[in-house]
Amino acid sequence: MTRAGAALIGLGLLLGVASIGPARAEQLIVSISNTRITVTPNYAGGELVLFGSIEKDVDTPADRGVYDLVVTVSGPRADMVTRRKERTLGIWVNADSREFLMVPGYLAVFANKPLEAIAAPEVLRRQQLGLNNILLTQRVGPDYADVVPNDAFRSAFVRLRSERGLYREETSAVTFLTPTLFRTGIPLPAAVPIGNYKVEIKVFADGALVTKTESSFEIVKVGFEQFVASTARHDGLAYGLVTALMALLTGWMASVVFRRD
Amino acid sequence: MQLYLPIADIPVNVLLILAMGAAVGFVSGMFGIGGGFLMTPLLIFVGISPAVAVASVTSHMAASSLSGALSYWRRRAIDPALAGVLLCGGLIGTGLGVWFFTLMRSLGQLDLVIALSYVVLLTAVGGLMVWEGLRAILRTRQGQTVLATRSGSRNWIHALPLKMRFKRSKMYLSVIPVVVIGLVIGFIGAVMGVGGGFILVPILIYLLRVPTSTVIGTSMVLTLFTMLIATVLHAVTNHQVDAVLALILMIGGVTGAQFGARAGQRIRGEQLRLLLGLLILAVGVRFAIELGIQPQDLFTIRETGGGA
Repeated sequence: MTRAGAALIGLGLLLGVASIGPARAEQLIVSISNTRITVTPNYAGGELVLFGSIEKDVDTPADRGVYDLVVTVSGPRADMVTRRKERTLGIWVNADSREFLMVPGYLAVFANKPLEAIAAPEVLRRQQLGLNNILLTQRVGPDYADVVPNDAFRSAFVRLRSERGLYREETSAVTFLTPTLFRTGIPLPAAVPIGNYKVEIKVFADGALVTKTESSFEIVKVGFEQFVASTARHDGLAYGLVTALMALLTGWMASVVFRRD
Repeated sequence: MQLYLPIADIPVNVLLILAMGAAVGFVSGMFGIGGGFLMTPLLIFVGISPAVAVASVTSHMAASSLSGALSYWRRRAIDPALAGVLLCGGLIGTGLGVWFFTLMRSLGQLDLVIALSYVVLLTAVGGLMVWEGLRAILRTRQGQTVLATRSGSRNWIHALPLKMRFKRSKMYLSVIPVVVIGLVIGFIGAVMGVGGGFILVPILIYLLRVPTSTVIGTSMVLTLFTMLIATVLHAVTNHQVDAVLALILMIGGVTGAQFGARAGQRIRGEQLRLLLGLLILAVGVRFAIELGIQPQDLFTIRETGGGA
């Protein structure tokens, strides 16, 4: 890297800090109702509650108007393949497919009003706010990229995840109890993936980001079924042998119980 | 009574699965077949993914074929030598089948392969059985006597080398066709989640001329071992064996089979075969229709791992 290049980047960093500096005149304090959720096999879904408060301080401009809030919750990441069926020789066959790389298993965006009313499209894109703006990396041939929001595979992916309650965007979920005190529910479907969840809270005023903070929670599954599932995944051989043994025992028991000859 | 299936990843009604196991067990006891070709499709029709259905039914088949094989063993209706040679092919076939299953799954074509093989196999076997059954019934109506199919005529199979004596079946036969048949059945069983008895028994009778006294018991021994191996291999490679699902099926299946066997003794042979043929044909046609109609959603998602 040339010295000029380094200087430019340095300058950019300085400017970046400078531009955020004066805007950070608010303090954001949040709390989640539960940071470790244990899910049993008959878990039918539930809801977490996120509370928070925006604290003004001396640097806050006196004419600061209303605050807007966007909460983004993203769950554990995994690779996923989306396939499209096409009609070939009269039957429906999986034809084309796209691989989504390390995308969140759960993704939810909550706001207090429609996102386009909170900030300009370009700000939303830069801040990755809303299901259409969050980066979902795809492998397209040899390249890694996200595509336009209305790409067939991307929209089908988001739609299918939404149908299972795993992706959601609710622009009236955040309610302000007072102009600075807010709350939002984080609904969790029954099929919620286990792992660590990141909660990003961004506060906007007059279309500009004023402050942000992060929080997290964890989902743990417990119970016999979970034990079975994790054994099957991590210890396939032992699991297979035990299942085979179980089959033999059941078959033998049946022949003893129902013996007629 | 809802129960969450850990591998299938869906909640199911225990009583429904138990009833399905019992119904298939009843049918299998009635016709003297394993019933995997009915169990797997039923599970798919209630919403369990084809991969999980196939892998879990393999262990169910192991259980039901063991209880069957034990009772045939006590009646000395198993040819150990024939079973052993069939197994040599069967084990290789099962290994190949599980490998093929894994390959198709990674290509996203597993569901299609399973559905297509069901369509082809079930419509062919079912169609043949219905045809045979109708002809037999017509013949008896016309008062003709049905000829015994086990004629003394020899075919090309008896000219093959590497001959071996199968004492209990009173046969002197090359091992080549036996190993090949075992291999094919093992392969089909692992891919489709069937014991393969409904194909194996006719092949053994018509092609190798195995006497009816040993054919069912021997085929059950092959089913038992190929399905045990398939269970372990599916568990190791695809992690798709749902032990909870399998246990419910086993309990329902072995119970139902007892009542089925009793009911089967009251129906005449050719009618029984016609019924079974219709049943097999119906399942095959159901799969064919499913393939032809446009799915509600053209897109599907599957997690491929890499999770943090």
